[in-house]
Amino acid sequence: MSKLATYRRSPIALIVLLFLGLTFTGTAYAALQPTAPADAYSASNASEDVDDVEEGRKLFLANCASCHGKNAEGNGTAGPSLAGVGAAAVDFQVGTGRMPLAAPGVQAPANPNQVNFSQQEIDQLAAFVASLGPGPDVPDEEYTDLENADIANGGMIFRTNCAMCHNSSAQGGALTRGKFAPDLMGVEPSHMYSAMLTGPQSMPVFNDATITPQEKENVIAFIVNIEEGGNSFGGHDLGSIGPAGDAVFIWTIGIGLLIGAAVWLGRKAA
Amino acid sequence: MTTIPQGAGAVRDQSEAATETTADAADPKLPPPVVWADERLGVAKGFGLFKKVFPDHWSFLLGEIAMYSLIICLITGTFLTFWFVPSMGHVIYDGSFVPLKGVGMSEAYASTLNISFDIKGGLLIRQLHHWAALLFIVGIALHVARVFFTGAFRKPREINWVIGTVLSLLACIEGFAGYSLPDDLLSGTGIRAMNGFMSSAPVIGTYLTFFVFGGQFPGELIIPRLYIAHVLLLPAILVGLFAVHIFLVFWHKHTQYPGPGRTNNNVVGFPLLPVYTAKAGGFFFIVFGVTALIAAVVTINPVWAYGPYDPGQVTAGSQPDFYMWFSDGALRLLPGWMEFSIFGVTFSPQIFLGSLVLLPLVWIILGAYPFVEQWITGDKREHHLLDRPRNAPVRTAVGAAAISMYLVLAVATINDIIAIKLHLSINDITVALRVLFFILPVIVFMVVKRLCLSLQRADRELVLHGTESGRIMRTPEGRFYEVHEELNEFDRWHLVQHEAQRPLSLTAGPDTDEYGVERPVGPLESMRRKLSEFYFKDRIEPVTPSELAAAHHHGEAEALPGGQARAIKESVERADETAGLRSDDRT
Repeated sequence: MSKLATYRRSPIALIVLLFLGLTFTGTAYAALQPTAPADAYSASNASEDVDDVEEGRKLFLANCASCHGKNAEGNGTAGPSLAGVGAAAVDFQVGTGRMPLAAPGVQAPANPNQVNFSQQEIDQLAAFVASLGPGPDVPDEEYTDLENADIANGGMIFRTNCAMCHNSSAQGGALTRGKFAPDLMGVEPSHMYSAMLTGPQSMPVFNDATITPQEKENVIAFIVNIEEGGNSFGGHDLGSIGPAGDAVFIWTIGIGLLIGAAVWLGRKAA
Repeated sequence: MTTIPQGAGAVRDQSEAATETTADAADPKLPPPVVWADERLGVAKGFGLFKKVFPDHWSFLLGEIAMYSLIICLITGTFLTFWFVPSMGHVIYDGSFVPLKGVGMSEAYASTLNISFDIKGGLLIRQLHHWAALLFIVGIALHVARVFFTGAFRKPREINWVIGTVLSLLACIEGFAGYSLPDDLLSGTGIRAMNGFMSSAPVIGTYLTFFVFGGQFPGELIIPRLYIAHVLLLPAILVGLFAVHIFLVFWHKHTQYPGPGRTNNNVVGFPLLPVYTAKAGGFFFIVFGVTALIAAVVTINPVWAYGPYDPGQVTAGSQPDFYMWFSDGALRLLPGWMEFSIFGVTFSPQIFLGSLVLLPLVWIILGAYPFVEQWITGDKREHHLLDRPRNAPVRTAVGAAAISMYLVLAVATINDIIAIKLHLSINDITVALRVLFFILPVIVFMVVKRLCLSLQRADRELVLHGTESGRIMRTPEGRFYEVHEELNEFDRWHLVQHEAQRPLSLTAGPDTDEYGVERPVGPLESMRRKLSEFYFKDRIEPVTPSELAAAHHHGEAEALPGGQARAIKESVERADETAGLRSDDRT
């Protein structure tokens, strides 16, 4: 003990302490770091069918490489690198018709009528992109079938995390400079899940540590409930855009009807 | 010749006959209950009221739309108070709306959901209440516009105009208070905005919010406080002031549009009983019916879709109800760089200007306008005949410009909705609206003023040359001309009856004395002269009888005055009589 104490003021002591401190912190961080469920990130693509990857590569070269580069390495502003975006990103972007991009713009709009790939082709493309680097995989069926989902819980999560951009009725909202959070009516549950997982365009990533898979399913169930008329009470919703719709209605049809009645009464003799 | 409505005489005869047959022996004129009441309360004196004559025009019913909507709000509001719980106490929802089951919320929000989903007819009444509230303010806005553009605010009605502006302000505050009560995500955001408005007041802002909210936002007091303001304080003041407003309408007697037989000294229209009561009463049922129909088929403020208020949440597309838009829009247009700090105290003029300055300013300008205009014109006469808007071009243009300015602010409130619906950039919209706020009023002013002057010129043209008949005549010498048909006296009257205001430079004499030396003019008087010039420099004088006579190329020099004028007056009175109209002297 006394021998150790004599080294206390040695110049080496500082370096040793620093080394120990950093090692301890790093080890503790690695041990306590929040880890996502292993199945969400397909780190190893060993199980992927090599044929799928090869077919996907061909599709990629024909349809995507002009912007994203032959090896999906990215091409400046034309298209980002796709290494690590995962199969979920491909499933979302191609499955909703956003990619291949129809025209350059501030944001790729959903284009459900322009999905020119079969689901198999999309899967092959996804397999190829997933082979480039580890990334989120397409969502598990278990979390997109909406069985046993808690709508009320989904609503709370939606209002906290999503409503500020997508509107509390998921009708969409404006972002800066022409970008927008799209209307979520009619979007496939699996695409909504992938969007949360991959954070396309301006959307933040909600990984499984932020919103668990079960909570994601709840959110999707909440949105689908709106789509199926779960909020439709009291008559026509005027587009569910809040007081703006009410104002337009009352200043046109509402007061129009009454002015019509007033004119009729004014012309009517006693 | 205007058409004469038929059947009025018959109605009048019948009603008179009915009164006579029900009369009892005690008094040959009045039914016994009336006699009984008269002996005790002197009610028969009030019967004079029923003879009050009201002129008929659809635009006079705009104020009635507001009045009836207010009544609908009072009735439906009473119903809602039976179930609404004005408390911010926390509860877990356990009603029948599944998407919110088990969610924590305030009692106010839970009871609103309860009214919407579990009380029979609750949702219908809630929607009726809210639609009627919107209609109340739409009615007020259009009524204000009618009164403004026809100059009905002129002497002796300036006080009633001021009362009206106060009423419109109270209506907006009342609406805002009511809108805030359900404590849903949208209304909570509105209260948060109000909290921000108050905080922006220099120096006292924080104290003010703590005073109103009883501490930090949101606290637990604001909803009970807004509730008592919404159901007791404001309605009491609204109804009281409204009673004065309508009493003054009776007192001054209603204004009327100019026309043959309508002068500044009489009022031509239907007596309150039976005709006007039937019309106005009928219109109440129309308003109630239409509002009920709208409430039954169109959702308003679906609070269940917004979710309970949580200060940590907000929804895209947050707007207040339309009457607060101009203020919200001003906040969206005011640039953020206006904020500054001095000695660690932050001043936020970008919020202060758009709320605590703008809100009172709008109503002060509105309330002061009649006095300003009277000061400029120096016109101290009573006016019971309304102006046609085109005959007061600058007033009409000023009003239109003010409305355009208001609309730019209002549209700025929905910049995000416009951006998403029209796929535009919200930044571009905001910049465009900032520019429009300054430019549009100028353009609107010039265009509307020119339109008014052109319409007046067209009126002159019509009076002097009549309407084109389409018949081409050829004289024996071979000259061709189109036959113009003269207007009849009735139609002409509308176009020639007004007087054109002249600027002070013409009416007040020269600015120099008899030696040609300029009179000293104070800065205020000098400004008054400039404004008078601005108002009345460009004007179209109405056609005078001599001009008319000169225009008649067949030497009908004795066109209007004298015997013919008397004949017109008599024929007008005959026509009114047949239509069941009564003329009442203003005394």
